[in-house]
Amino acid sequence: MDPSLLRQITDSEWRIEPHGKMRVPAVLFATAPLIAAMDAKVYEQIVNVASLPGIQRAAFAMPDAHWGYGFPIGGVAAFDPDDAGVVSAGGVGFDISCGVRLLLTGLEASALAPVRHALADALFHHVPAGVGSRGLIDLSDSQLDDMLGQGAAWALSLGYGVPADLDRTEERGVMAGARPDCVSDFARNRQRREMGTLGSGNHYLEVQRVAEIFSPSPAAAFGLRLHDAVVSIHCGSRGLGHQIGTEFLRDMVALAPSFGIDLPDRELACAPIRSPLGESYLGAMRAAINCALANRQIITHLVRRAFAEVLPHAELAVLYDVSHNTCKLEPHSVDGRPKQLFIHRKGATRAFGPGHPSLPESLRSTGQPVLIGGTMGTSSYVLAGTPDSERVSFSSSCHGAGRLMSRHQASKTWSGRQLVDQLAAHGILIRSPSTRGIAEEAPGAYKDVTAVVEAAESAGLSRRVARLEPLICIKG
Amino acid sequence: MTQVEDSGARWEHFPHGADIGIRGIGPSQAQAFEQTALALTAVLTDPSLVLPRRRIAIHCEAAGPEALLVQWLNSLVYEMAVRRMIFGRFEVHLAGSALDAEAWGEQVDVPRHQPAVEVKGATYTSLFVGRSPNGAWVAQCVVDV
Repeated sequence: MDPSLLRQITDSEWRIEPHGKMRVPAVLFATAPLIAAMDAKVYEQIVNVASLPGIQRAAFAMPDAHWGYGFPIGGVAAFDPDDAGVVSAGGVGFDISCGVRLLLTGLEASALAPVRHALADALFHHVPAGVGSRGLIDLSDSQLDDMLGQGAAWALSLGYGVPADLDRTEERGVMAGARPDCVSDFARNRQRREMGTLGSGNHYLEVQRVAEIFSPSPAAAFGLRLHDAVVSIHCGSRGLGHQIGTEFLRDMVALAPSFGIDLPDRELACAPIRSPLGESYLGAMRAAINCALANRQIITHLVRRAFAEVLPHAELAVLYDVSHNTCKLEPHSVDGRPKQLFIHRKGATRAFGPGHPSLPESLRSTGQPVLIGGTMGTSSYVLAGTPDSERVSFSSSCHGAGRLMSRHQASKTWSGRQLVDQLAAHGILIRSPSTRGIAEEAPGAYKDVTAVVEAAESAGLSRRVARLEPLICIKG
Repeated sequence: MTQVEDSGARWEHFPHGADIGIRGIGPSQAQAFEQTALALTAVLTDPSLVLPRRRIAIHCEAAGPEALLVQWLNSLVYEMAVRRMIFGRFEVHLAGSALDAEAWGEQVDVPRHQPAVEVKGATYTSLFVGRSPNGAWVAQCVVDV
């Protein structure tokens, strides 16, 4: 992106003043090198988002922003239903409630070393991953309804987890306002055999080592100790979320003219929050959030089972579970006035600051854990929400590194087999059903996640707590 | 990645930041749609590895050729997901706003197909159906993976 198009406010904040059809400014949080490396499309897309009806304060782009569908990935936008605000399927994305869950193991990484090959094999055996994989359960219609309404709590009711897991999950594991009746038969059929599956693409399961602590106090509150082993799970609402995204995007595109909404880009398709289509989408999207929460809960159970086989003394506790493709109703302040706003976070993580009432008591003094995924060869990060994050970005932060290179280019540049060998030489074990899939997800195909989290901290979106390094990676 | 048939019909991929663009080219719109479906399969695996063990029928409708392409591809994504199948041969018939097709394929065989990535859905990004300057039909869009 050409920085001369933007007005620089600080080292990590840039602004596009309202022009044309923009109703509010656009604010980009990034350092100069990240801005220079950002797609030009992000400029176009964030300007388009700033033009949507009912948008509040500004349209925001996180430091990892890149070209998305309608909204940029790394886009945040708040809409007021009392100001003709809209909800957008593209503003949530196809993989509804894709997110990251981090598990503590209570073990030092050194304890894993003698059994790391056995642990990698056990995880790969127990957690279904990749194209065509199937979960443990074949859901009946009534089970589907229960899962869509009750999320991770439904998984617990089947024995997949313990009550403490829910306390460490956004929404306590159950997204309120889900409407299973708004989920089509097509979406249900895609999910019947996919519960507890990892998926493919950039989704992964990683065993990691806590390699660096930046902030000892929140790290201690989170249970993170230097050199301990932790487990990250990155996946979403699987086929169900994809189908809901596809269907509502189609319907919103078709009905946009009837709402009098002028769409500069079809994928910006949206509907008034207070319309039958908007309400149906919100009900279905919340059901998909429950699907994702249940999915990560079942995978947690499978990870515990794999660990129990290899390391029977491990006690895996959920540190936290965040979703980074959502639209949620939240109280925020705009120009000093309290409002109930629909916050779209597309490739952005909620980052409530210390004292937020939605946080569990044990995390209330530190702020919300913000879990940032890396690649199978680079670091991941744990951050925490700041007192400033509400004022700066409606309590939102980045979500990952963001791609630098297309899949096509990556598969031409690297061989999956060679990558596995190179990573093994660095002590990282890879398990995957597809060598081409590994090549497409090569660490070099992604941007520098460290630069992204440094920019997020500099902008006041969240602060760094710990850095994690991969030891074992299961790729779909 | 490109594959050309005797009729001149062919498919190719084009780059997109995080995902993949798929393009079918053929002497007719229907053949361009068939080629785009092959390009879709090639996102997962080499279409020539897919054996035509089973045939399924697909019907879809949409207002306009571009919406119909998205609907056609999303119908295939759905069938692949629900049946755990992968398709390597297509026959498309178009009549107005309706598409009737047959797709031949088989169950996903992970060791043989080495499927790289699931397709989440067809998108409206870089969506185009129409004739190129040389008269050939082109049907393309980006798919989310």
